Amino acid sequence: MNALYSLIAVLVLVAVAILGVQALGLQLFFGGILPYFAFAVFLAGVVFRIQRWARAPVPFRIPTTCGQQYSLPWIKSSYLDNPHTTTGVIGRMLLEILFFRSLFRNTRAGVEPGLKRVVYSPSLWMWIAALAFHWGMAILLFRHLRFFLEPVPQVVSAVIWADGFFQVGVPVFYITTFAFLLGLFYLLLRRLFIPQIRYISLPNDFFPLFLLLGIGTTGFLMRHVVKTDVVGIKEMMQGLVGFHPLVSEGVHYLFYTHIFLVCVLLVYIPFSKIMHMGGVFLSPTRNLANNNRMKRHVNPWNYPVKVHTYPEYEDHFRNKMKEAGIPVEKD
Amino acid sequence: MATPKPDQMEYYKHDDMWAVDFLPPSTGWMETPVNFRPGSFIYPGKPKHLEYLGIPNPREWEVTADDWKLPDNWREIVLKTLRNRLERSRTLQVFMDVCVRCGACADKCHFFIGGGDPKNMPVLRAELLRSVYRGEFTTAGRLLGNLVGARKLTIDVIKEWFSYFFQCTECRRCSVYCPYGIDTAELTMLGRELLLELGITVNWIIEPVSNCYRTGNHLGILPHGLKDTLEFFAEDIEEITGIAIEPPINKKGAEILFVTPSGDFLADPGTFTCMGYMMLFHELGLDYTWSTYASEGGNFGLFTSAEMMKRLNAKIYAEAKRLGVKWILGGECGHMWRVLHQYMDTMNGPADFLEVPRSPVTGTVFENARSTKMVHITEFTADLIQHGKLKFDPSRNDKLRVTFHDSCNPARGMGLFEEPRQIIKSVCNNFFEMPENTIREQTFCCGGGAGLGTDENMEMRLRGGLPRGNAVKYVQDKFDVNTLACVCAIDRATLQTVCDYWAPGVEVTGVHEMLANALVMKGEQKRTLNLRMEPIGDDE
Repeated sequence: MNALYSLIAVLVLVAVAILGVQALGLQLFFGGILPYFAFAVFLAGVVFRIQRWARAPVPFRIPTTCGQQYSLPWIKSSYLDNPHTTTGVIGRMLLEILFFRSLFRNTRAGVEPGLKRVVYSPSLWMWIAALAFHWGMAILLFRHLRFFLEPVPQVVSAVIWADGFFQVGVPVFYITTFAFLLGLFYLLLRRLFIPQIRYISLPNDFFPLFLLLGIGTTGFLMRHVVKTDVVGIKEMMQGLVGFHPLVSEGVHYLFYTHIFLVCVLLVYIPFSKIMHMGGVFLSPTRNLANNNRMKRHVNPWNYPVKVHTYPEYEDHFRNKMKEAGIPVEKD
Repeated sequence: MATPKPDQMEYYKHDDMWAVDFLPPSTGWMETPVNFRPGSFIYPGKPKHLEYLGIPNPREWEVTADDWKLPDNWREIVLKTLRNRLERSRTLQVFMDVCVRCGACADKCHFFIGGGDPKNMPVLRAELLRSVYRGEFTTAGRLLGNLVGARKLTIDVIKEWFSYFFQCTECRRCSVYCPYGIDTAELTMLGRELLLELGITVNWIIEPVSNCYRTGNHLGILPHGLKDTLEFFAEDIEEITGIAIEPPINKKGAEILFVTPSGDFLADPGTFTCMGYMMLFHELGLDYTWSTYASEGGNFGLFTSAEMMKRLNAKIYAEAKRLGVKWILGGECGHMWRVLHQYMDTMNGPADFLEVPRSPVTGTVFENARSTKMVHITEFTADLIQHGKLKFDPSRNDKLRVTFHDSCNPARGMGLFEEPRQIIKSVCNNFFEMPENTIREQTFCCGGGAGLGTDENMEMRLRGGLPRGNAVKYVQDKFDVNTLACVCAIDRATLQTVCDYWAPGVEVTGVHEMLANALVMKGEQKRTLNLRMEPIGDDE
């Protein structure tokens, strides 16, 4: 049901774009006005969310330690999984953000009642799919710079060349397009078919998946099926960048659909779980060094509390202590 | 034999316990009510303890009753507290906002593996709170409700929180696998703090807290009682070794204050570990002292609220200052070390009246404790062994075939893995590791941590103990392991039950109990008995 709601929502969005362009002739609105609005909301929203997190105090230093601590000289400490220095923390964060270190640890617990045992096996499909999807998307976004920049920087051209290395098809198929779409598709399938994951999935878990699939599919169709006018699109994109939006005639409606879904995504991001892209940098169980006993962590709101002081304690138990021959402060 | 009751392990048949249904119910989780069955929840905190500690709404109430006797403005109280806790913690804000519900954590929780209840998947446990946060505090949640996983705070939600935040042992295993490092322990601690504002807590936690506040330790041992206990241990030690030991108590000017969980004073097998400390310190001629005021290293405040943790923990530094010691040494305990390592210095420091810890025996300066000034006993002992300061006869432990349980808190809140292993390997000849996915940072909880280790919670303890118990069974079958060593007082209290049920025949021991049995002491008589008064060799 939750998946269906989200799918319908994305299909409605697709229909809105197609109708808007084909029936109402709103090319300029979809291709030249809405993107500014979406980008503004995205930027303001993300900045607002991150500064709000960043301004909140971190009362305690609570790294989750995933390796040997730094203690005695002859015991080798785990520099990245249990870092005690800033460099170590940076290493840990890079591994986490670039290579999804924690997801790489994933195991599956198999309970076998017949044999009365629990077996743990590595389970890396989610890690592979997540890497394919995120890296695919990152490179694919980078490739898109060719629409915005003239002349196209060499590094962009180089990435485009490498991404189409196998030279299959006209125009060339990019490896990252498939990585992105297949990764996404796997993430969708596991949400649909693993009972526990389906049970915890909300409509707003499916919505971004369908939205991204919509964006990817429209992009794929534009390039490989309808083979739309790339020069016209580049003119429009340059117009956007130069703040003189224009409409190139003859650009396929799929382009407007693509742009519209991207705009929806941009607006959606600050209000959604996609903020994990910023949050992952701020997670105190990962971005703090396990140097707790070496360097005092200060809690800005640490307030005095009521305690049972030693004098109160001794007043309470003095006679018993004296009888037992335990030293006391006052006779 | 009488028919077993839900608080006895005999009540639970093995086949039933293994027949776990992992398929979620047909109703959505928000529509699935809590099922309080005997054996799966803990009795409410008694009003006298709440009163003594100044906790709101002390009263008699029943978990299974409809009316939990909450104050009229309970909603306001909870929401106000929640808002306050979020404002003062980036950790909680980020954990509320960034979860993508990927489910990597789902089958990492021992309660889920052993019980199959979807609300024991860490992601869903956290959603119990997040849904209310969204429904009450976010615009999207207020407008779209269920579509974005938002709901309003109701009495049923409070009951659900009580059930599942007291079915989490704050072991942090899920946090290891989470791509954003979301730590369910933090959210469970938050959930328990919110409930505490309504006077909702369990007696198994709040009575020790109240005892600790008054007497200095969870068990409520009075000063003279502690002295008697230590002297009693000394008598046993003399019988076994022929060496007379006089335990120093509240001794001003001692070099080191020693603090350990009070469980080691009262219940076997913790008591044997305590005797082990006494023998080690005597052999070294250590200038140390016990304290009756700071007679508890553990801190059930951690399972109550941040403020309560601080109130109980304050005694350790205060006592170190009063006695004028140079530094503090801490015994084998799990959650105690979470508090000492990650919270104490921040809450009750700076400990600028102490010196950077330095072993008087080896001269090693414990750089890793230079601010907090508290050293873990296995760090201290591993250093002694490395420098050849102790003489062992490991063959005295030859009857033991040992495996080691990494306790959750020293594992994932500290990274204490090699220190205890170095000791174990020096004092016994037969050591075997459990499977890789069940030790070190991937270790499984005993099922009774975070204040849940009481018999009235037997079903959940056994279910939560299944992954650990099954790993023990694995090495029992494969290597004839008969001894489970650990560095945690809660483990020593709860793992014996887990072993008796899931791997019968395995005995739980502390690391320093094994050490003391192997320790060759100056002037000792020929050892024929171990600390449990059992014969050491076969020829006896």
